[in-house]
Amino acid sequence: MEICGGQTHAIMKYNLTELLPEEITLIHGPGCPVCVTPLEMVDKAIAISHEKDVILTTFGDMMRVPGSHSDLLSARASGADVRMVFSPLDSVTLAARNPGKKVVFLAIGFETTAPANALAVKMAANLRLENYSVLCSHVLVPPALRALLSAGDARIDGLLAPGHVCTVTGFVEYDLIAGNFGIPVTVTGFEPVDILRGIEATVTMLEQGRTGVQNRYERSVTRQGNTSALNTMYEVLEVCDRQWRGIGMIPKSGLSLRKEYSRFDAATQFKPGDISVTEPEICIAGRILRGVSSPGECSAFGSLCTPEHPLGAPMVSSEGACAAWYRYKLNRQE
Amino acid sequence: MNFTCPAPYNEYERILLAHGSGGRLSDRLIHNVIVKILGDTCIDSSHDGALLSTSGTIAFTTDSFVVDPVFFPGGNIGDLAVNGTVNDLVCCGAVPMYLSLSLIIEEGLSMREFVSIMESVAAASRKAGVKIVTGDTKVVGRGKGDKIFINTAGVGEVPPNRNIAPHRAAAGDAIIITGNIADHGIAILSTREGLSFETDILSDSAPLNELAHLAFSAAGDIHVLRDPTRGGIASALNEISTTSGMEIVIDESLIPVDPRVRGACEIMGFDPLYIASEGRMLIILPDEFSDGVVKALQTHPLGINAAVIGYVSAGKPGVKLKTMVGSTRIVEMITGEQLPRIC
Repeated sequence: MEICGGQTHAIMKYNLTELLPEEITLIHGPGCPVCVTPLEMVDKAIAISHEKDVILTTFGDMMRVPGSHSDLLSARASGADVRMVFSPLDSVTLAARNPGKKVVFLAIGFETTAPANALAVKMAANLRLENYSVLCSHVLVPPALRALLSAGDARIDGLLAPGHVCTVTGFVEYDLIAGNFGIPVTVTGFEPVDILRGIEATVTMLEQGRTGVQNRYERSVTRQGNTSALNTMYEVLEVCDRQWRGIGMIPKSGLSLRKEYSRFDAATQFKPGDISVTEPEICIAGRILRGVSSPGECSAFGSLCTPEHPLGAPMVSSEGACAAWYRYKLNRQE
Repeated sequence: MNFTCPAPYNEYERILLAHGSGGRLSDRLIHNVIVKILGDTCIDSSHDGALLSTSGTIAFTTDSFVVDPVFFPGGNIGDLAVNGTVNDLVCCGAVPMYLSLSLIIEEGLSMREFVSIMESVAAASRKAGVKIVTGDTKVVGRGKGDKIFINTAGVGEVPPNRNIAPHRAAAGDAIIITGNIADHGIAILSTREGLSFETDILSDSAPLNELAHLAFSAAGDIHVLRDPTRGGIASALNEISTTSGMEIVIDESLIPVDPRVRGACEIMGFDPLYIASEGRMLIILPDEFSDGVVKALQTHPLGINAAVIGYVSAGKPGVKLKTMVGSTRIVEMITGEQLPRIC
């Protein structure tokens, strides 16, 4: 299983499966943060975006993610001020420039985006901004992997660990996972050659009957990771339980604001109220995110559910397994 | 005394609603600003429309321009509006001749910006060898537009024996691109608020009439011309494939992309195949002429990076890409807007 959505995207974009022997099946993991963001969080963001004087900012991928009834692009079309940013620091700048507005950043992503979000909150604190807040939905990779491997309904022989996440976190934790579950893990990058190297290392370990972690993204990842980024992250954020779309509640798998920074929490500032969510029944996004099913096994895939009209999140983000399948695999002649 | 300062075109610093009223201010804007700046590129008949005489087949096209921001690295909405319509005529196989120029201006646009846009219209028209023969000016209230929208329609003559059409793409044809792809889209994106990345990429906005002339002179026959604007070469080639019922195979390693554009695309999560160009052209022609045409294009400043990037074949309709690593994948039509990914 390749864990990260960026890896899934590269595998599809370069059709790497064509270059692999039949015996190797790649299972697409849960590593698309857009895909695992709970529906409830999208609904909350939409509700907040309609509040008076609010500018809601987020990453481009989040704009089209369907909530229960709507998405952020539709909220914008109906008058809400929703803006796409490339970095949370841009949202802080926006808040500083618009003192009469309340700028809310919908913060999603793994350990890759969390340090930047933490830095933005620190910057807002230093600037004494009172009109900046974040709706925090960060998630952590290792707890989700443990949940997947413990559930046992996905047949995973080896893991390609997410290179960018490991650039921040290092891979000590992945060593423990490899040991606990008796599987080989390879820290893998995102260029086609990186991914092939990751697969080669994992298969070699399997053939030799070894477990443990190997690093095949040496140019970016060190065992200890980026300690400065981690320190910033944990200075502002702390571990919490988190709901994963399609997977459910995973204990200690998310990050939320520490008490010292709770004044920046959009969820308590705006109190979007009780939001009840319903997932489309036909969508098997949960099974896909757990690696149990492939997109092609979904009866809605390519007919009821397309990138223009996504039913589930994996069809929305370009890194989602369904969207990647749709874009690169549908109609392919064998 | 300093005589280098240009004479003021108008005593107003900003466009007012009255400039679109049809009254005295409208008249002053049209004759003292627009017609004056357009100069020799404008045929002012002071009539309700233009009377044109042509012989043979004419090509006729229209396009509206709403680019945001109005001024971008490498150009502005004025030259874009001329080049866009000129290039649509060129891609019909026509020699562009006449344009109309319709302006929808938002009240409050600064006269300085307006003048600068009109100067770009004049310069682009001169470069493309077209005359502006009719036009219209409307002003809408503040907040009802976005600075300025421009519509241009164009007429061109198709020389005898030219037959350019997407359905003519035939098995064995070579596919040429006249230069680096995706410059315009990335130049525009680099200016968008919230997408701060530093790049010195300029828009490629340019008229393609001279390149087309070089290509026609060097080739015995050309089947299809297409400028890959919105949706990039991926969408343009998909449309040609669908219309002609042919398969198109392009080779990633042959497609010219500026390294700065490639870098920006990687960071933002874009695929350059889907990003717009405004001064590039796909030329589909029998392979026997491809070498000669590429060499001819490379003699022109706009065609230095011209290259054969793939071929048309008699397979199932669709566009395929041979990737850098030797595998093949489908290149789909674009769906929605390309949005930057987050990690």
